[in-house]
Amino acid sequence: MSKTTLTGAQILWDCLVREGVNVVFGYPGGAILPAYDAMLDYPIRHILVRHEQGATHMADGYARATGKVGVAIATSGPGATNMVTGIATAMMDSSPIVCITGQVGSALIGSDAFQETDITGITLPITKHNFLVTRADEVAPAIREAFAVAASGRPGPVLVDITKDAQLGLCAFDWEGAAPDMIGLARPGHSSGVDAVGLINAAERPLILAGHGIMLGEAEAALRALAEKAQIPIAMTLLGIGGFPASHPLNLGMMGMHGEAWVNTAIQESDLLIALGMRFDDRVTGNLKTYAPNARKIHVDIDPAELNKNVRVDAAVSGDLRAVLNQWLPVVTEVDRTRWLAHISDLKGDSAVRDIQNLPDDGHLYAAHVINDIWRMTNGNAVVVTDVGQHQMWEAQYYHHNTPRSLITSGGLGTMGFALPAAIGAKVGRPDAEVWVVVGDGGFQMTMPELATLVQEELDVKIAIINNGYLGMVRQWQEFFYQRRYAATPITGPDFKKLGEAFGIWSATVTTRKEVADVVTRARSERGALIDFRVEQEDTVYPMVPAGADLHKMIRRPSPIAETATD
Amino acid sequence: MQTFAVYVDNKPGVLNRVASLFRRRAFNIESLTVGHTEIAGLSRMTIVVNTDERGGRLVEANLYKLIPVRRVDNITRVPTIGRDLAMIKIAATGDARTQVMQLVDVYRSRIVDVSPESLVIETTGTEDKIDSLLEVLRPYGVIEMVRTGRVEMARGSIAQPPISAPRRSAAAADDGRDDVGNCSV
Repeated sequence: MSKTTLTGAQILWDCLVREGVNVVFGYPGGAILPAYDAMLDYPIRHILVRHEQGATHMADGYARATGKVGVAIATSGPGATNMVTGIATAMMDSSPIVCITGQVGSALIGSDAFQETDITGITLPITKHNFLVTRADEVAPAIREAFAVAASGRPGPVLVDITKDAQLGLCAFDWEGAAPDMIGLARPGHSSGVDAVGLINAAERPLILAGHGIMLGEAEAALRALAEKAQIPIAMTLLGIGGFPASHPLNLGMMGMHGEAWVNTAIQESDLLIALGMRFDDRVTGNLKTYAPNARKIHVDIDPAELNKNVRVDAAVSGDLRAVLNQWLPVVTEVDRTRWLAHISDLKGDSAVRDIQNLPDDGHLYAAHVINDIWRMTNGNAVVVTDVGQHQMWEAQYYHHNTPRSLITSGGLGTMGFALPAAIGAKVGRPDAEVWVVVGDGGFQMTMPELATLVQEELDVKIAIINNGYLGMVRQWQEFFYQRRYAATPITGPDFKKLGEAFGIWSATVTTRKEVADVVTRARSERGALIDFRVEQEDTVYPMVPAGADLHKMIRRPSPIAETATD
Repeated sequence: MQTFAVYVDNKPGVLNRVASLFRRRAFNIESLTVGHTEIAGLSRMTIVVNTDERGGRLVEANLYKLIPVRRVDNITRVPTIGRDLAMIKIAATGDARTQVMQLVDVYRSRIVDVSPESLVIETTGTEDKIDSLLEVLRPYGVIEMVRTGRVEMARGSIAQPPISAPRRSAAAADDGRDDVGNCSV
């Protein structure tokens, strides 16, 4: 077949279009100019960000909301280095994005040229793979392989750095000839240790720990079938939320540092943990020496490097989660586990008395109430994008997600400033979804210039700022572990209502609980909205497992009943 | 100690990726050597890592996550031949010179350079043998020494899945940077 002669820049866009890309998030500059010039001739929507970090978070939010690969593009030097935080965020949370950066001309590489930086060197440990492309004929193979690597196996970020001369150079475009060699991308699964199904069938107090892999592996239905057949309750990691309906009676809620008390207690009491697509993060396990001491452990993950990394397991299975669960399903037996489930219900009842939802209204505005009200008013159907900190934990506790990909949050890296740009990406990817940002006043101020992006692109995103005038989670640690010495945690901000209005966004300030419903209703009817919720300043996320402590030794919300009992 | 034979695409930056992995995951490299293999475009590394068996499994799994890594064989527990090569420059004149030459014979090594004030000895063997030669030569005055680090190969014809020819090079930019061709760490 005949091959057309194109420039490297044209080949770049041709390949992106063939990979199914119709939107990219980026910022132009000198070394990427040839690519931007060629872009105008291709059916690509370009979202102009206000900072390249925003472009990577948007691509990430887009990927997490849709399951497709997100694309960010920037120039060399500072454009590329600004992407680093977003790339590391995507790496830690296994989010498939492709970042394209311009690079100085190949003859100038190594000469400390203007806006030259070794971005492939810088991003080496925070990408699944990266490429330096110095010739036009290398563009197509690199782009095709980048998409294959980003999306296959355990997904993650890939960076393609393209020199200016490679963008300008002419060569024959050969799409078929540039097909990636998939050897090494699809390694067969294997299992080691004892038979997993035997352990499941013999267990009396089993517990499934469901992680992000449920959604990445599209194993939601298989998980549900397994849990229902074998009557096994499910605890969720932060990133697993949405992989199994919160309303399902077998869903216990979130585990870990700010997990529900009954979940952590159940983990410690269980005799079998079945970990599915999660990685035993330290925020989930607490002290490893005392973690689930009586439980045998099964771990299924697509990444063999996760098996026996943090927790030693009895059965380690690497492979596609859905395939593994479907293999188990016919041989897992129906077992009566009423006693175990009833016991967990009892644990739950004990926690209810400490739940802020069940405490009398004292006239203060609590973040937990705000988030719970947003949940009720959106019927639990919104895509919620959170930032990092106290509000993130309250959201996980008080917004109940029933559908996959409806909570988008930076879990592994814990990147403040993630929420607003990631929500823009999510809205671009799913224009029909109601997208809410839940963000603290600290994190919001890190990336708030992206409000301009929101307005320029006419996107309908609702922003709930949980404003307590502190870097709340750090303040909470100072309160518990540093004798309330609030070093650098009090933070001021602009009048967020005026700020929103300056950008042309409908905005409001809320100081009492009785206003919440009306304002949220109004916000839902506006195209885009920003609400400054002035919440209780020194509120605390309960329960809390101090870093490195035993999982069952939680700091609990002081309860009037419990305190009289111990007095 | 865990020893690996690692087959990698011979592309710019591959050594950096492997070294970076060990640094990033806090694995301690005892020795690392690289050279071309019988297959064009494919290099072979011998990596000795200071870790236990469980650590060895994690090293292997992590190496496989690098795209240019094509196969990892843990050869710690299989019978292997391991060799190190050293060149040792000795300050030896007069009588000492004769004594050194006798020692070199005992160790089945060779003298590859002679100058009025020095000799260069080339020796190949296990690390133990080279360490031992070094000990007996030390009293004569070691001026300079260079060692390659260990290369290792399994004995016999252990059946291994064949390695396909390297993937068509996507961005094997011939930019003269750190070609992994022949080097060691």
